[in-house]
Amino acid sequence: MPPRTFIDAIRETLADEMRRDPTVIVLGEDVGKKGGVFRATDGLWAEFGDDRVIDTPLTESMIVGTSIGAALNGLRPVCEIQFADFIFPAFNQIVSEAARMRYRSNNGYGVPMTIRAPYGGGVHGALYHSQSVEAFFTHVPGLKVVVPSTPHDARGLLRSSIRDPDPVLFFEHKKMYRSVRGDVPDTDYTVPLGKAAITHPGTQVTVVAYGLMAHYALEAADRVAEDGISAEVVDLRTLRPLDTETLLDSVRKTGKCLIVYEDNRFGGYGAEVAAIVAEEAFDYLDGPVTRIAGPEVPGVPYNHVLEEWFMVNPEKIAEGIRTLAAY
Amino acid sequence: MASAPPQIDRETQLRMYRIMVDCRTFEERAQELFFEGLVRGTTHLGIGQEAVAAGVAAAMRNDDYTFCTYRGHNHTLARGVPMAPIFAELFGRATGLMGGKGGSMHLTSVKHGAMGSYAIVGAHLPIALGAAWSAQYRKSGQVAVCFFGDGTTNIGAFHEALNMAAVWKAPVVFFCENNQYMEYTPIREVTAVEHPAADRAAAYGLDSILVDGNDVEVVHRVAKTAIDRARAGDGPSLIEAVTYRHGGHSRADPGKYRPDDEVAAWKARDPVPAYRQQLLAQGVGETELEAIDGDAREAVAAAEAEARPAPEPAADVLETQVWTDGGSAWRN
Repeated sequence: MPPRTFIDAIRETLADEMRRDPTVIVLGEDVGKKGGVFRATDGLWAEFGDDRVIDTPLTESMIVGTSIGAALNGLRPVCEIQFADFIFPAFNQIVSEAARMRYRSNNGYGVPMTIRAPYGGGVHGALYHSQSVEAFFTHVPGLKVVVPSTPHDARGLLRSSIRDPDPVLFFEHKKMYRSVRGDVPDTDYTVPLGKAAITHPGTQVTVVAYGLMAHYALEAADRVAEDGISAEVVDLRTLRPLDTETLLDSVRKTGKCLIVYEDNRFGGYGAEVAAIVAEEAFDYLDGPVTRIAGPEVPGVPYNHVLEEWFMVNPEKIAEGIRTLAAY
Repeated sequence: MASAPPQIDRETQLRMYRIMVDCRTFEERAQELFFEGLVRGTTHLGIGQEAVAAGVAAAMRNDDYTFCTYRGHNHTLARGVPMAPIFAELFGRATGLMGGKGGSMHLTSVKHGAMGSYAIVGAHLPIALGAAWSAQYRKSGQVAVCFFGDGTTNIGAFHEALNMAAVWKAPVVFFCENNQYMEYTPIREVTAVEHPAADRAAAYGLDSILVDGNDVEVVHRVAKTAIDRARAGDGPSLIEAVTYRHGGHSRADPGKYRPDDEVAAWKARDPVPAYRQQLLAQGVGETELEAIDGDAREAVAAAEAEARPAPEPAADVLETQVWTDGGSAWRN
């Protein structure tokens, strides 16, 4: 099969899973006839019809709550939150209900539901169409959080998410939808949840990233290679459960750890990674665990100069690697 | 002249009476055990509201689903969940319905169709709708019944779920138990319409249904009509049943924010003795009702005796049942 864009991989996987399993249902705002505002569900309505591809009102709480109820009663809903920024009306359903169902029922029932949401900046979406929201959910036991970076992983991880018996949040960086292409095997492969990938082996600095930042980290690793610095890029792929084994093995080898995330630095996901590295690889560290992340403002600004200033980019990461390598 | 409503068969009548007496006897004992310190934290009693739980449960099929609130002992008992594991759950014991993880406010028994008592007001309306939507899609013939209080009618999830249920013609019955107090505040003081659920039905294209929630036969008839309608594919219903809780909102709340004469008037309409009188008047023997009353006392005593000596859960149970494999791993 020819190389696929990131969004091709999402759309084709949804269609495959719906063909494979009649209990897989897609719902969300404009996901049906319109095919989604990003076209991630394009063609599904034509193939599977009104019963399985459902246009909902603008009610995120109802979209997720209804998906939970359907999941309790034999379906595997895949719901789309049109932009990750819009997920907060559903926060209660996700955090208070979906995450807790299995625990509160002492394993009487669970919620095999996948919530897909495009996240991230760099597309002039401004204050309410650009956020990274993963840290709100990686905080919560009972939720799984996935952030793929390649068409290959998007396909394999989306399959695993839909087939998983517990709730999964699946965040797709919207800037990658059509800008990222890659080879995708034409097989029913899966990528297991909770397994990171070393996408660029190296020896001097470990760079931990996910989503769009995993691409920027690779670009940065290439740039610093020209300076003779060997960086190892760990693409986490799943944020919860976390593949601490791959993370810690890499840091124990390099002795240096740089964590990259687009979300605001303070209390972001990288803070947890830093804490784990500090607690469990302290004796191997040869430099401060360092973060490159978004600035201390409550939203991604609109103007392109301001947005560029907000966004982490390959050069900022490369500079961080150089500084850490020289420490 | 309006024709008399169809007679409810004797077996169903006695079943409803039995459920009401079981609920009342169980909850009165639960309250004593709360004051004794055996039930910790808090507990929300439905004493005075048993006619709703009994009347609806007697109209349900075994594979139908119930979603209810933190005031959920009656609804859980009404679905046939045994008393001993409920007591054990109230005591926080290993043999409790959820192994001690939930307590009074979160009773759940999937095999009885008791799909949870929800403590975040309104959250379970979309969830009940989802279960009903699945039943519709899978053609399982199930109906979901969702109980909630008057306070729920002012939260967004109520409107979101009602609207979508009507659009989908989902097999769900939304049942508002209007006990007239939203925790400690009279519902009328914070609601723009007189009947918080019934007056809003028109907004979803549904009939306005307002009934006496203290008359178990009235409740049963209206529930049966709504459940049959849902099962037949004719869509959801929103029912408001006006009732009253004899006690306060929770635990030791004496409910003093309510006028004495109002409380007295509603206690005079206590649904349990009222139904007893009604059945006697219809020729049911005193001894038959006394036997049901005695069975309830014995069942509650036996359940308490079984639950009292049950062990506390082992501490390591804490980190179990987060995932389907029974574990709670967040890392490798």
